[in-house]
Amino acid sequence: MAKLILSMDGLVLKEIALNKERLTIGRKPHNDIQIDNLAISGEHAVVVTILNDSFLEDLNSTNGTLVNGQPIKKHILRNNDIVELGKYRLKYMAGEAEPSGDFEKAQAFRPGMAKLASEMELAPTSGSPTRSNIGVPPPPPPAPTIPGAAIQLLNGPNAGKELELTKTLTTLGKPGLQVAVIARRPHGYFITHVEGKQFPVVNGQALDAQAHPLGDHDIVEIAGIKMEFFLKA
Amino acid sequence: MKLPEVLEMAVRTDPGLVRSHNEDAVFADAALGLAILADGMGGYNAGEVASGMASTLLATNFSRFIPTCSGRSDGAGDPDFAGHHLVSEIKAANLAIFNAAQSQPQYAGMGTTLVLAWFYDNRVHVAHVGDSRLYRLRRGHFEQLTRDHSLLQEQLDNGMITAEEARFSQNRNLVTRALGVEPELEVEVHVHDVWPGDILLLCSDGLNDMVEDEDIRLTLLTLAGNLELAAEQLVHLANDNGGRDNVSVILIKVLGEYPVPRGWWQRLLAAMK
Repeated sequence: MAKLILSMDGLVLKEIALNKERLTIGRKPHNDIQIDNLAISGEHAVVVTILNDSFLEDLNSTNGTLVNGQPIKKHILRNNDIVELGKYRLKYMAGEAEPSGDFEKAQAFRPGMAKLASEMELAPTSGSPTRSNIGVPPPPPPAPTIPGAAIQLLNGPNAGKELELTKTLTTLGKPGLQVAVIARRPHGYFITHVEGKQFPVVNGQALDAQAHPLGDHDIVEIAGIKMEFFLKA
Repeated sequence: MKLPEVLEMAVRTDPGLVRSHNEDAVFADAALGLAILADGMGGYNAGEVASGMASTLLATNFSRFIPTCSGRSDGAGDPDFAGHHLVSEIKAANLAIFNAAQSQPQYAGMGTTLVLAWFYDNRVHVAHVGDSRLYRLRRGHFEQLTRDHSLLQEQLDNGMITAEEARFSQNRNLVTRALGVEPELEVEVHVHDVWPGDILLLCSDGLNDMVEDEDIRLTLLTLAGNLELAAEQLVHLANDNGGRDNVSVILIKVLGEYPVPRGWWQRLLAAMK
């Protein structure tokens, strides 16, 4: 069965099994999960669970609900999602199908397998369980494709030049001086500092060591070169 | 030069997106020149126990052996001797896990893969059991140095299936060897030379099942200047592609040579450093 783990400042407060269809979260006492903190709205959010799927919905709370750092209105919970309400965190753990006794044995080894497999006697028949897919839900759907993007240099000798971000990683800057990388991921483009004393500047703000999501028309400055990031329609 | 000055290591381990437990265990210590990665299997949390035992036992026991062998020109520094010692430590860990699995019902059937790299005297000893891998990036060339002990690899070797079919095989995660399954264990050990500039990657199958070798190569090549970021990016790639399994990576960048001082004069110099 899926569950939520409530914690604050890294301290686990309690574990909540998602065993009812509608589970409410809020400051008022009638909620299933009551969080008595002023940053939490009276009726803050609700988790609706249908079979193996759980949906999180923000009930127009004052301070909002974040999932993995992004504000959401409605969200299908995925394993290990981190839900944030004020200073409180809820970690969502997807339920695992209960393995039967037979399954469990098969998951490890049949006796003698380690010794005999080289002789191919124990080649499993088709459909035999493998280590990777027992008791786990089907793999998530393939990642959605994101729109193409490019950067255009705004100054320097190559001003006006455009560079399409087609690879999963594109490095920018001068090796030895300052290098940053733009990673193309299913949920967007992220810029991260790679090397050099100076960190990249995005829209006038210097970044720290963390990856930073890039938005359409962001202005990036690396090794004295200004460039504009934009999405392609 | 001393090991911590010539080896840079970065470690990441992540449960992935589908599994709630992380059954991988990792250990890396540049001063010892030792990196260990184990991928556990078995019901409930027994996989974690097996991989945790393997990495902890080997790290503890092997780290006692390493100081005795550096700086000696006699038998202890001999690669054959060291290789034998490595094998016997892994066999001891195997037996410990096997005994735990036999005596405690909740650990029955547990096991773990292992890949271990030990850097010594401009070389690396690589020991492995199961389908955890070691790759090397050398001058842009990316190469897998270990061969999986898996049913799939055997089918490939026997010519039963082609490399193309192997990509879609259902058997990709059936290992033919693992620690903790039988009292006897066959360990594969190879010694490779190490060049400055080499990047070595130890990984669990959660990486190489989810990410194409070419993408791993590109990541290492692009982010060679920032090993921590490279390790992070590899985990991201595995999770962006579905993250169906625990994913662990240990990256080791070799910055210089690390010959063992041999004559008394060199030993004296090394001692004074």
